[in-house]
Amino acid sequence: MREMRVTVLGPAEELLSSEEIPFFCGGVRAGFPSPAGDYLEGSLSLQDMLIEHPAATFLIKVEGHSMKDAGILDGDIAVVDRALPPSNGRIVVAVVDDEFCLKRLVYRSGRCFLESANASFPPIEVSDCSENKIWGVVKHVIHTLR
Amino acid sequence: MIALADGNNFFASCERVFQPRLEGVPVVVLSNNDGCIVARSEEAKALGIKMGSVAFKMRALMQRHGVKVFSSNYTLYGDMSQRMHQVLASEVPSCEVYSIDEMFLNLRGIPQPEAHCCRIRAKVKQWTGLPISIGIGHTKCLAKAANRLAKHHRRDVGVLHITPENREEWLDKLPVGKLWGIGPQHEARLLTKKIITARDFSLMKPSDIQKSMGVVGLRMLYELQGISCLSLQEIPPLQKQFVSAKSFGRPLTHLEDIEIPLASYTNRVSEKLREQGLVCAAVQVFLLTNRHRPDQPQYNPSMTTVIHEATNYAPALIAVALKLLRKIWKPGFQFKKVGVVLQDLSQHTQLDLFEPKKNWETRNRLQATVDSLHGAVRWGSMGYDESWKLRAEYKSHRWTTHVHELPIAKA
Repeated sequence: MREMRVTVLGPAEELLSSEEIPFFCGGVRAGFPSPAGDYLEGSLSLQDMLIEHPAATFLIKVEGHSMKDAGILDGDIAVVDRALPPSNGRIVVAVVDDEFCLKRLVYRSGRCFLESANASFPPIEVSDCSENKIWGVVKHVIHTLR
Repeated sequence: MIALADGNNFFASCERVFQPRLEGVPVVVLSNNDGCIVARSEEAKALGIKMGSVAFKMRALMQRHGVKVFSSNYTLYGDMSQRMHQVLASEVPSCEVYSIDEMFLNLRGIPQPEAHCCRIRAKVKQWTGLPISIGIGHTKCLAKAANRLAKHHRRDVGVLHITPENREEWLDKLPVGKLWGIGPQHEARLLTKKIITARDFSLMKPSDIQKSMGVVGLRMLYELQGISCLSLQEIPPLQKQFVSAKSFGRPLTHLEDIEIPLASYTNRVSEKLREQGLVCAAVQVFLLTNRHRPDQPQYNPSMTTVIHEATNYAPALIAVALKLLRKIWKPGFQFKKVGVVLQDLSQHTQLDLFEPKKNWETRNRLQATVDSLHGAVRWGSMGYDESWKLRAEYKSHRWTTHVHELPIAKA
């Protein structure tokens, strides 16, 4: 049998895509060539920027238009951090009628409401604001421009 | 002081986190190929559904009571397990993973262990949505016993501490057959000797125990009396999974250097499967950096995947393990340890109760031959091809690991 030589260049997947974005520190100057190579400072990781508590962070897809005035649109992906306390005014994922819904949590005169950010959706009053009903706090929203 | 943290009805609880409609409803999870019941919510236990019972025999009862049935979703359970372990590890000086849903915690130097464990339990619930119970004791056996007792007698608090003062009182509430390491045979023999509870066992003469149960029994006796005998290496292996993990002689940074030991661990652990006539349908691979070197960057990833055809065939398992390793490995870290966990075990014959054994052997050999040709030969449309496929009719989404299967929130 004839011998065959193989040189491994690297896994194709990793050559084609990388979750890390090279990050250059230092402004862009016009006129002179930037010695950017000297300032290469590792990589920025979106993972690290968006996720403070990995064990408590879940991604949830948004469906519907009731939060459009808060900049949260149909099809967006919410980065939900269960480690954060659901304080007044935060946007949360709550459980209403056995389903997840995404609303703003508002405490007003001793009562608890889930408010929309869209005039055509009235607020929902909830009797039980315990951890069973507030599933997690929305920390970021990933919105893809179409 | 040692604690054992254990997820309550772990698989069923994982399903509940992402499906609020399952709250308060009986839930069961089936083994690979939807054969047996491997997890039950409290409501399902109350209906008399037994662990390990055959699913189709239970079908009528489950339909009558509106039991929600799920195929096992090891991708989800593996990810939730890792989250649970991360939260637990962040709260204690050291710890060790015992199984997918259990972890021993070293509480040395923690002033109020019971209060601390209550805080840990609340944190796991808030961060991951998973309910856990924690048993505390001076030894691993006592922690394990305390955990079991917590589930039955302290369900609201979820934490139980066995102290030298209350030890006998609590052990008296635990049937001897529920002790760690006492199988049905030992249990039957102990019962004939009027050893009914764990307390009775803890008061036996060492010589009597050694005669029938050897050094393993003796260790249990001392452990129950509060004298620690079990270190990490001496834990009896669990039958619900096989683990092979070893620390490297020197830290490894290159992927190729880690691939070699991982392949060899996977090979060894697959031998154990074959020895016991088991197949596995889920594989987990994890990597650890040296946590005692906080000056070095830390990265402890893990990933689980399910195999479509449960197998114990070494090349297939090695290929899966290496694929997982390539996904989790990152450059720039000094890795200290790699491990592989084979999960979702079942009997080799479970797929095919109605076929004569001979057919099975032929098919296994054929499978092995086809596998060894690395895809050069594929199955044709043989009549029984479908029966090789893993049955998973009631599988939930891989909510946490697949972008097209994310939970949906209405806005």
